[in-house]
Amino acid sequence: MSTPLPEQRTSIPVPGALERFAHSWKSAALTLVIGILLLAGLPYALDDFALVQATVYAVMALLAVSLGFVWGFGGILCFGQSAFFGLGAYTYAIAVTNLGDSTVPLLLSIVLPAAFAAVLGYLIFYGRLSDVYMGVITLTVTLILFNVVNSTAGPEWKIGHAPLGGFNGIPNIAPLNMPGNVDDVIGPRGMFELTVGALLVVYLLLRALLAVKLGRVIVACKENEQRVALLGYDSRAYKLFAFVLAAGIAGLAGCLFANWGAFTSPTIFGLAQSAQIIIWVIVGGLGTLVGPIVGSIAIQWLTTQIGTQQAINSNLVLGAILVVFVLMVPKGIVPSVGQLGVRLLKALRRGGRGSLAASNETAVQRAHSAAPAAEPGASRSAPDSSRKEAA
Amino acid sequence: MDLAVIVLIQVLYAIASLVVVSAGLAVVFGMMKVINLAHGEFMMLGAYAAIESVRVGINLWVAMLIVAPLSVAAIGVLLERVFIRRLYGRMIDTMLATWGLSLLLIGIVTSVMGNTTAGISAPLGNFTVGAYSVSSYTLVIIVIAIVLAVALRWVLLHTSLGLIARGTMQNPQMADALGINPSLVYSATFALGAGLSGLAGALLAPMTGVVPTMGGAFVAKAFITVIGGGPAIVAGLISSSALFGAISQVATFAMTPVFGEVALLAGAIVMLRLLPQGITGRFFKGAL
Repeated sequence: MSTPLPEQRTSIPVPGALERFAHSWKSAALTLVIGILLLAGLPYALDDFALVQATVYAVMALLAVSLGFVWGFGGILCFGQSAFFGLGAYTYAIAVTNLGDSTVPLLLSIVLPAAFAAVLGYLIFYGRLSDVYMGVITLTVTLILFNVVNSTAGPEWKIGHAPLGGFNGIPNIAPLNMPGNVDDVIGPRGMFELTVGALLVVYLLLRALLAVKLGRVIVACKENEQRVALLGYDSRAYKLFAFVLAAGIAGLAGCLFANWGAFTSPTIFGLAQSAQIIIWVIVGGLGTLVGPIVGSIAIQWLTTQIGTQQAINSNLVLGAILVVFVLMVPKGIVPSVGQLGVRLLKALRRGGRGSLAASNETAVQRAHSAAPAAEPGASRSAPDSSRKEAA
Repeated sequence: MDLAVIVLIQVLYAIASLVVVSAGLAVVFGMMKVINLAHGEFMMLGAYAAIESVRVGINLWVAMLIVAPLSVAAIGVLLERVFIRRLYGRMIDTMLATWGLSLLLIGIVTSVMGNTTAGISAPLGNFTVGAYSVSSYTLVIIVIAIVLAVALRWVLLHTSLGLIARGTMQNPQMADALGINPSLVYSATFALGAGLSGLAGALLAPMTGVVPTMGGAFVAKAFITVIGGGPAIVAGLISSSALFGAISQVATFAMTPVFGEVALLAGAIVMLRLLPQGITGRFFKGAL
């Protein structure tokens, strides 16, 4: 083989300004500041009903982040993220009915879905099944859970003294309480703060994970699994870790969801739920962490608006959105808006160089308004792995 | 003895219905490597086409065997031209876009037809085996499944049409150089797959009832069957249908239909772990 040509060397993607920003700690800090401002401000700005609504948006955003991580950074398209979500909700509901105190159920609702994902992921990753099989198997598992839970309507189906309720679901789930004090239960406002707080903590942990070696190997597995294996990493173990972590996060979201409505039913395992999560991620932006949050809030708001009128069916709109985004905006809202912002900024700089200083002023403002959109891996070629290739 | 005959008929019916449900997908996925998650909705469209045709006075058999496949094939051509052909070679994107299509189709049909269960009663009445009574329509499905499998194999293997289709899927550039229009072949193959899905929906309509969301019940089963079958289209379809159909029917007899379904899906996961290439990836190599 001849030595690589200079053209090939330059073909390695050089991270642009947007990507550099997305990978720096500044973007994480910015997201965090916005999040904390919302966490502190929204309870004063919204009435009780809107606050409860905002809570469920945040729960679903947490679920979206879990898929956004495993799909966008791990390269694992899990069609059954709702399986872990539902397992989390059911685990919490059953455990809290049996135990009374909510501390152990909360932990169980994270651990049990993660353990389930570990078994399932072992079958998939250590069987070296391809992406397509992965999608079909996770979809199948979701359907199995739906079918099983849906058929447990009779009084003979119970775990401890918690009836499973079949298609009716489990009503009157006890809310979270302060550890050790069953009477000190959480209120709507506390629920909001807990949920948004959990979302922020998860976001921060995932950003930190992606900044250290473990996270970089996970991203590298997505980019080129063979190369990772040749470098001496067991890619199966890294993928399994990402899968299990995402399942744990989805389980936590499920627990919070069961708390939010004090109710859980088999529909949270359903195909519609699975489809929604994928739509949130792809609309918001695959390969980012803020994207899924933005996508989930936007789509949920839209679904609620559609629900208030009768003319258009919500499936129709969701389906159309999914098709349009896959075909025309494959990167999703957040990276596209980020790129638009950068392009606008460049154009303004070029135009404003000879003219008034005022336009520079607006350019800086634009830069700030475009900033929250930027996120790690905004382009499909993650700089992490390209840096590794360059070295 | 009577019970044995009944069990045999039921197992054969389970296998036959899997063949019918999966045939369209086997063509689209096996030939074109397009993961069509709107497969279940194509079936739903076929079922509605049959029901509406019967309502305007067309003979039931004509409606099921001719009108439904042709109308769904036409819809398939349209969707292939507009959406699917932009996504060839991008497997995951195809999966997502067809999922979007499936939601879109559910939405459209719900808006037009309403979210209620429609149905046609099974024709031909019943026949009795000893003390048991079986719907004759069960036998029709079994016969149609056999005809379908034989015909599919014959078309793919022994007609110039099948040869052109297989050649184009293997090497579109070469086919192009030999004077064949690959985009036409892709459209035709997708239409064949869609038509078979429409036929399946129409055939099963008397057994299941028809709602806009009926497709969801079939799509996973069909996928499991096709993927479990492996690379050989017809041999894989038959062998995995036989395996999964038998598993699900035996579990249904032992417990409930729900656990029959669960046994099918769980068995498929275990089988994919043991035979990641599908049945024909390991056995019957080189068959079609």
